[in-house]
Formats: sequence, structure tokens, C-alpha cells
Amino acid sequence: MHDKTLTELAAGLRAGEFSSRELCQSALDRIQRLDGDLNSFISVTAEQALADADAADQARASGDAAALAGLPLALKDIFCTQGVRTSCGSKMLDSFVAPYDATVVEKIRQAGGVSLGKTNMDEFAMGSSNENSFYGPVKNPWDLSAVPGGSSGGSAAAVAAGLVPAALGTDTGGSIRQPAAFCGITGLKPTYGRVSRYGMVAYASSLDQGGPMARTAADCALLLETIAGHDVRDSTSVARVVPDYSAELDTSLAGLKIGLPKEYFGDGLDPEVETAVREAIKVYESLGAKVCEVSLPHTHLAIPAYYVIAPAEASSNLSRYDGVRFGHRCEDPTDLEDLYKRTRAEGFGEEVKRRILIGTHTLSEGFFDAYYLKAQQVRRLIRQDFLDAFDEVDVLMGPTAPTPAFDLGAQKDPVSMYLQDIYTIAVNLAGIPGISVPAGFAGNRPVGLQVLAPHFAEAQLLGVAHQFQQATDWHLKRPAFGKEMA
Amino acid sequence: MMQWETVIGLEVHVQLATQSKIFSGASTAFGAEPNTQACAVDLGMPGVLPVLNENAVAMAVKFGLAVDAEIPETSLFERKNYFYPDLPKGYQTSQMAQPIVGPGKVEITLDDGSTRSVRIHHAHLEEDAGKSLHEDYHGMTGIDLNRAGTPLLEIVSEPDMRSAKEAVAYIKALHAIVTYLGISDGNMAEGSMRCDVNVSVRPKGQAAFGTRAEIKNVNSFRFVEKAIAFEVERQIELIEDGGQVVQETRLFDPERDETRGMRTKEEANDYRYFPCPDLLPVTLDGAYVDHQRALMPELPSEKRHRFENQLGLSAYDAGVLASSRAMAEYFEAVKDVCGDAKQAANWVQGELSANLNRENLEIGDSPVTAEQLGGLIQRVMDDTISGKAAKQVFQALWDGEADSADAIIEARGLKQVTDTGAIEGMIDQVIADSPVQVAQYREADEAKRGKMIGYFVGQVMKASRGTANPQQVNSLLKQKLDQA
Repeated sequence: MHDKTLTELAAGLRAGEFSSRELCQSALDRIQRLDGDLNSFISVTAEQALADADAADQARASGDAAALAGLPLALKDIFCTQGVRTSCGSKMLDSFVAPYDATVVEKIRQAGGVSLGKTNMDEFAMGSSNENSFYGPVKNPWDLSAVPGGSSGGSAAAVAAGLVPAALGTDTGGSIRQPAAFCGITGLKPTYGRVSRYGMVAYASSLDQGGPMARTAADCALLLETIAGHDVRDSTSVARVVPDYSAELDTSLAGLKIGLPKEYFGDGLDPEVETAVREAIKVYESLGAKVCEVSLPHTHLAIPAYYVIAPAEASSNLSRYDGVRFGHRCEDPTDLEDLYKRTRAEGFGEEVKRRILIGTHTLSEGFFDAYYLKAQQVRRLIRQDFLDAFDEVDVLMGPTAPTPAFDLGAQKDPVSMYLQDIYTIAVNLAGIPGISVPAGFAGNRPVGLQVLAPHFAEAQLLGVAHQFQQATDWHLKRPAFGKEMA
Repeated sequence: MMQWETVIGLEVHVQLATQSKIFSGASTAFGAEPNTQACAVDLGMPGVLPVLNENAVAMAVKFGLAVDAEIPETSLFERKNYFYPDLPKGYQTSQMAQPIVGPGKVEITLDDGSTRSVRIHHAHLEEDAGKSLHEDYHGMTGIDLNRAGTPLLEIVSEPDMRSAKEAVAYIKALHAIVTYLGISDGNMAEGSMRCDVNVSVRPKGQAAFGTRAEIKNVNSFRFVEKAIAFEVERQIELIEDGGQVVQETRLFDPERDETRGMRTKEEANDYRYFPCPDLLPVTLDGAYVDHQRALMPELPSEKRHRFENQLGLSAYDAGVLASSRAMAEYFEAVKDVCGDAKQAANWVQGELSANLNRENLEIGDSPVTAEQLGGLIQRVMDDTISGKAAKQVFQALWDGEADSADAIIEARGLKQVTDTGAIEGMIDQVIADSPVQVAQYREADEAKRGKMIGYFVGQVMKASRGTANPQQVNSLLKQKLDQA
């Protein structure tokens, strides 16, 4: 059962091959047996999950099963869930039980989806390896000595290990796509504004976007059509009709124009990763697509611009964690300043503190113009690069990350860690959608192909990924980890 | 002795009268139990997002139009970052570089009836913070976040005022505008209008401004006047003693009528403003602005001019009556009932205002309604009662003796006697009872007679218990006395 896709499980439930309770119970058993090694969950909500599964079974029996009725999945612990701890991977929120559901959580619930729990992540979504979690690092199921990527590493590892068929993640600079690539699953970052951010703990508000992580593009389509759409509680969500993504998967690739940004195939790209990606592009050519080289000339400015804008927004977004109203509070503060200082010194991890300090500095009087304003100008140039490229081609393709998953503890220097996101970060700055699709291996570790499309062209993106998955079986490969358990 | 000139600029925070908060659906009602009107958004819970209250935008635009300001097509919300326990998110969502209301001007009226113009630098929308409660918590501080997220319009003037009186006149003018527009209840005691006053002094004739002090949170017309008076004196004394004014924030202590410097630590704040990524820029097209313009009521200055030009009131009367929406509406209602603007103006500013002042009431709390007062004036104008009796009737209405002037006139028998026969009867009686005075009168010349007739009029009025029409009594008396 744990090898099946969301779509297959939905069909099994419809056909009565198994009940939602059986399905969810088997997933919970798997989590209990295997997650001690992976550490992909922060909280498992078994009791609630089984109650929801029973409710879904009853709904199905009475003939009104919704799109995701009875299907198990997991939520990155950045989405607020009423009555359930929402830690964001931080000691600061270790005791925080959200008093409300995020909009996407509400939508998943309304569609009958059953959450089995909250997945591990880099603290406040800051990181590319999942080593920055208060709850400890997550292991990559393909190789327990490797990282799963981050920040949605828990969601990626849980799906790859077959603990859940799908999960929700968030992506601010690559946090869905890079762990999807490292763990050999499919992960979609939607267009900024496509999915409501209400109830998603903010890291960098102008870049954050929630999205699906699953085995296949078809499963991502099913999830995206559930969670996408305008939300009156999020002014930055866009009022635009949500297409029936599942119905648009079977598009022909004949004549599809694929651009390969030359900047995505330069120095620092692992040769095995490059080989896998070029092989994947050959598959597309064999399916009738036309390939050409394009240029995104400001690519080299993406990481510097991101590491001004994201920390600036984060420094402000994380000011609310002051020990006054919720979350961690230091013992016996002597006065207000002591309360603030010790609460924040104790509650935040190193990387979070680093980014708060960077952001506070770049917004300071005397530095604002040189950093923040300049970064915003660069951001516009980067966006324009993509718009220009999409005048020439339909989609862009390249590697999701420059290397396969690296070993736990291997990246000691923050800047080399930041460089992990070199192909993903510009996409967030531009606000366009991107998907990572399994496209082979470098040694025993998966490689992801990244496909990018214009704003709101998720249907095309999912169709292009789906066609690849009809022609290849990379997405069907399963790690040895947990195989012994049926 | 050096001649000093005072320079004053004001930042006035007006609490907008929206039903819900500026970025959330929680209620803005005043006086609820602490923290019962703060939702997840107001509490700054993880993951929440602000949604701009369109009503607050409409109100700000109306204010802008009322002060002849430019309404920029695009305005922007920014975050002002600082830590304080009653500021839940660690930043205040405000406007800085691109406020919703651009430069404008307000006409102020001074006590002598003269007017002048004060320039508005800009006005911007922002959210209020909560309140720290320092009493009753045994050395701890309580936080009430009911007020957090209440919409404020901060109106920033140019340093155009030259005296405390001008500053007060300016605040009164703003008060009139916002209450006319219905965008604020203007209740200063509940904090609906709060002023930060920037004061400096300079030698008369000097072009450069002196160093200013900012006096925070001065919350009544009277306190504004006192705070400025104290501050001006303090600064002049300081400079004349060879000292220098430091730029600082000061607090007004209403108990002692003085201002005191706050810790300078507060000054070191770098607020790290940057555009709020959770809110889209506000774009207002001409059609929207025109629509808001069409919804605006007549404003104080327009009313004043109409009272003067169409109703024929004096500039002074027009100014006083138009000074508040409640006063103007009351006056117009009285005028509509009695049909005479001059009479209505006299009564509202005379008898009514005197009574209101004596009992410290607002016109909205007047026990005599406009309908009742108009009815009373009608009875004076149609000679049903004398002016003297009218005052009695007014007092009776004030005391709530009856619902209408007519009922009181009836009950007290104050109706003027205009029946010539009845008056003649009384006159004949008075003449018969006063042979000495009649003889004196008849011997007197015309000039003296004019004075002496007052005695007879008084006697007749007394006999009629004030109900005889004095003009009628006068002319009939003349006829009868002169006859012989």
C-alpha cells in the first residue's frame, strides 16, 4: 500500500479495496516503525487521524466522498493546525498550539484529506539541509548518512520513505523543490499568490509559497487544485480561476519549446547531476519537444539579492516572538529588556539569529538604500530575465540543485549552504512556478530535473512533468529503506 | 527685552469610526473587558495576515478631500519596527514614504472671528497599539490588546501656528471636520483624538526655526494650551539663561501643568521602515475619489459661508453655529421649524448656549429639542406670548415640564391678551386707581410723558400677569391718557 500514489490510493478507496481506516492505520504503523531512523515527523496525530479516517469512510458509505476523502497525508510543521502544536521547527514555538487552521489546512480538511501529523523542517524554514531543526536533523531515506534537503526535508523524506503518499511543504528559495530532488519525489512551488499564505508561519512574506510534494505530477495536480485559490484573508493571494489541473495533464509535448538557461549548466554543477538532467532533456526531445539555449543574465545576482530581501522580511516577521504572548519565555526575567534578550537568545537557533541580524542590519538607517532598495532593483531585473526568456520558449529546464544530497554535517559554511539554492532562488524572486521531477541518480542519490513556467502556468508545468513520468520510471524508484515492511 | 516668536506644528492622531479594526474583523468598540476584542490577527499570532479595511481608506480619502488635499493614486503601507509589550507584532503597520493623503490646508477661526490657513503636510493611515496597564498587577504590567489594530489617521501639519490659541483653533477645526464627516466620534476623553505637539521658539524676525521639543499625547484642548504655554516659557527662560533647547520628546503632566523630558534612550530608535509585504499598494483612481466626494456632507467652512450669505447671519454668528456639526444641525432644525434664521440663531446662541454652558452639556445632550425650541420661537413671532414669557417657557421646557411650548403656554396661562376690549378694561381700571399719576402725566410735556408712560404699562402688565401684549398696551394707554 505504501508504494502507491495518491491517485492509486484514491481509486482503491473508491473501489472499496481497503478502507481509509486501514490505509491510515497502515501508514501510522509505518511511521511508528520507521520514523525513529528518519525523524521526519515532529508530531504524529494518530488519534485525530483515525477519527478523520472513520469519518471519511462514513462519508463514502453515504455517497458524498470529496476529492481527497480518506487519503492520508502530512503537513509541514509551518502550517497552523487548530489544537495541534505548530512548532515551525523551533524551540521558540515548541509549546505553541495554534488556535486556528491555516487556509490550506482548512481546504485539505474540507476535501476529506486526513493529516497524520506535522513534518520536520529547518527552523522557521531557514535552511537547505534540515539540519537547522530544534527537533534534530532528518535523514534521507535513500542514504541515512545524507541530508534530505530543506527546509521541507521532513515532508520530502516522509513521502520518499512511503510513510505518507503526499505532504504539503513551503518554498521560499527552493524549500519544496530541492528536498524533492534530494529525496527523489515530485515537488511543486506554485506561482506567488496562487496558494493562500494565511496560517503559514511567515519567513519571508514576499517569497513564501505553499505547495504539494508527492510521488507524481498527477498527485501534485490533485493537491494543487484542492489548496489553490483566492483567500479573502490573504491580500496577496490572487483572484484567478483555479484550473482543473488533473484534467489538463494529457497535453502533447509536440512542438513544446524548452529553453536551457546556460547559467544553470555552469561551474559548480556536479557532472553526474548534469548527465542525468541532459538525459532527461533528451527524453523530451524524443517526445517532440524542441530545445534551445537561453540566457538569464542576472542569475549570479539572485543569491545576494535573496539574502538581503528574505532576512529583511524575516527580521520583522520574527519580531513577534518576544516571550510576551505565546511561545518560549525565559525563566524569571529581571526586566523587559532581559525578557526580550534571553527569550530570543534561548528560543532561536543559530541560522535564524544570523538571518535576523543580517535583516536588521540591511534595513538600518544608512544601509537601507545600498542593500534593500538595491536588492529590490535586482529582483526586478531577475523577473525581467524570466519574462524575456518566456517570450522565446514555453518552459525552462535545468537541474534543481547543483549536487545530489550531501552528507549530514558536510556543509559547515553558511555561504556554501546558501549556494545550494542557486537554481531555485531566482524563481521565488520572480514569483513564477517551478517543479522538481525525479530524473535519475548520482550514485545512490536521486537527481531532480527542474521545470519552470510563466506566472500561473501551473497546468502546463504539471502536464510537462506528467508526460515525462509517462515516458520514464524514475518517479517509481523506491529506496531500500523500509522496503522490508509491507 | 528680546521679542520671541513661538512656532508650533501638530501631529494629530484621529481614531477612525470604523466598526472593525484596520486589518482584522475584530470590533473597535470602546470600554470592553481587556483582551476580549483582539482576534488572532490583533494578537500577532504566527501565520496571520492583515487585510485592509476599505472603510478606513474611504474615511481617509474623505478627510483628504475636506482639507483640499491631493489624493495620490498609489499609497503604501510600511512596517515601523520596534519592540514594546503592547505592540504585538514587533512592528506597527503605518505609512511613511507614500501616505494616503498628500498636502492640503485647513481654515482656522480665531476668537476674534478672523480666519487663517494652516497647511497639512500629509495624513497617513496606521494601526493603534494596545495599552500597558501598570496598576493593580503587583509589580507586573498588564497588557490590553483591545485597542491594538484600531485604525488611526495621523494628520501632520506644517509648523504654521504661532500661538497656543492658534494651535487650539487648529485642533478644533480638525475636530469639526472629522465629526462633520462622521469619520471619528472626536471623543478626546476616550482617546479618539490625541495630539503630539512640536514647539520651538525663535527671536522675532529670525527665519530659521529654533530647536523643537515634541510633547507627546496631549489629550484635550485645554491641555494643549497649557502644555504649549509651559513649554514656550521653559524654552525662552532656558535660552535667556544662556542654555540651549535640546531636541527631545517630552510628556505633559496635567496634574502639575508642566512638561517633562522622557528618557533619551527612546530617541535612539531606528524604526527600519520598509514596505509591508503582506499588503498590496493601495491604488485609488479618479472615479473612486469622485465617488467619495459625492458622499461627503457639507463641511464647516461651506456651512459658514452659506449661513452668512444665504441666511443673512453675521460672520460671527455663522462661525459659531457652523463650528460643530451637532450645533449646525440643531440650529438648522430650529430654523426650519420657526422659519426665521435670525431668531433661531439668537435663541441657540443666547438662552440655549447659556443653559448648556451652565450645566456643562454638549448640544447633543440638550434637554430642549430643536423641535421644541422652534415651536417656542414660533409663538413669540406670532405674538402668542411675549418675549418675557418666552424665557419662562424655555426654562420650563428645559426642566421637562411638558413636551411643547404650546402645552406650557396653555398650562401656565401665558397666552398674550390681544383682545382690545379686555386690555381696555384693565387700562381703565389702572387709570381709575391712579388719579395722582394720571394728573401728573397730563400736566407733563411730550418728552416727560414718554418716560412716565412706563409706570402705566407696568401696572397694566402686572394686572394681566404678563399676558397683555406690551405694544398693544402701550398704544391703547397713549390714546386713553392723551384723550382727556
